[in-house]
Amino acid sequence: MSHRGKDEVLSHHLPRTAMDPAVMAVRDEKIHVAMIGLCGCWGCTLSFLDMDENLLKLLEKVTITRASFTDVKRIPRRAAIGFVEGGVANEENIETLEHFRENCDVLISVGACAVWGGVPAMRNLVPLEDCLREAYVDSPTRPLQQAPTIPYHEDIPRITTKVYPLHEVVQIDYFIPGCPPDGQTIFKVLDDLVHGRKFSIPAHINRFD
Amino acid sequence: MATKLSIDGKEISASEGETLIDVAADNGVYIPSLCYMRGRPCLGTCRVCSVVVNGSIMPACTVRISGDMVVEVAKPEVADMRKALVEANFSEGNHNCPSCEKSGRCELQAVAYEVEMVVSRFPYRFPERERDQAARLIFLERDRCIFCQRCVEFVRDRETGRKIFSIHGRGTHARIDIDVELADRMPPEQAREAAEMCPVGCIIEKGRGYNDPIGKRKFDIRSIRERALEEDNK
Repeated sequence: MSHRGKDEVLSHHLPRTAMDPAVMAVRDEKIHVAMIGLCGCWGCTLSFLDMDENLLKLLEKVTITRASFTDVKRIPRRAAIGFVEGGVANEENIETLEHFRENCDVLISVGACAVWGGVPAMRNLVPLEDCLREAYVDSPTRPLQQAPTIPYHEDIPRITTKVYPLHEVVQIDYFIPGCPPDGQTIFKVLDDLVHGRKFSIPAHINRFD
Repeated sequence: MATKLSIDGKEISASEGETLIDVAADNGVYIPSLCYMRGRPCLGTCRVCSVVVNGSIMPACTVRISGDMVVEVAKPEVADMRKALVEANFSEGNHNCPSCEKSGRCELQAVAYEVEMVVSRFPYRFPERERDQAARLIFLERDRCIFCQRCVEFVRDRETGRKIFSIHGRGTHARIDIDVELADRMPPEQAREAAEMCPVGCIIEKGRGYNDPIGKRKFDIRSIRERALEEDNK
């Protein structure tokens, strides 16, 4: 975001322990995958772990750079594959998604939220004003001692009027629907991509829920 | 009268006057459809069963077999056209599978899997169409209606034969409507039949949803393709 104070220190500015050069050399030769969740629930990222032992097979070919699993918060160098879950619901989501598009060769839209907006897009049927009023002003769970307030601060990303699928914001190369997709479906797509095979998602593993 | 036709180059014998979509299914060729119900009159509303017949594109449920037809089902252009029609349905309504009671027993969802849809090529429109909960046994989630007109034609008052459902308005203003007085005369099994006939999650039985766990729902057990090919009447 553009409002950062000069005294602010971000986690990726902090010093860190140097990695073993031999390990890094092996990783450098692998296919780099970067992962992020935008407006979603991280369920698709958890589904990634449902690949179970296939994950080990995949990791012979790929290395995961920026991801919630690795706790790396920046894409260290251009990635071959970007794995994006969640839809676009605020300005920070747009910025992150554009950053991924610029730094990944292939971008995959993963899960219902990324593909068409998903559960967060249910707010598209209601004006934003009504949505915020319901959540913060008229909410039965708001703190009763305080005056009802809709949070607003320069550090809080501004919410977009509607929730958008990723492909309406940047060019997306592949889609894996599902809420969340099965681990085996994610494995099939990544395995086919890594081995340069043409692919589709056949009926028996495709799912929208 | 017996005649011959070819489907994707395979020679098939059939009787003149039979419906093409049925003949294809009987010979192991699945043609997806959202409005057609085997054994009932053709509606021809969804166009999802479009195939090439003697060089022209037409819905297979409206075509009666006549001498020496050349039918193409798998041709990539027409297969993509069928996929586009399915995708358009997802764009025009709110088909939120993760939160829908019909998920797993929804024909639109099952057909979308069969045409290998992953995303709609058309912008998602998020239309606002008010739901109707007035009837005693069923409610209408109007933003899921695909205007197939199965309910309009096939669900009628048992005494008078009058239509219970109708389509009101045209174009983007069109919406499915219900005659509440007639609907409330439906016995429970007829209300269930109406809900099951609906190929999407528009007509929903009150008090029923998410009854079967994932993995044990209608189309989890047997896909829509298997059901169509096994003459199971879906």
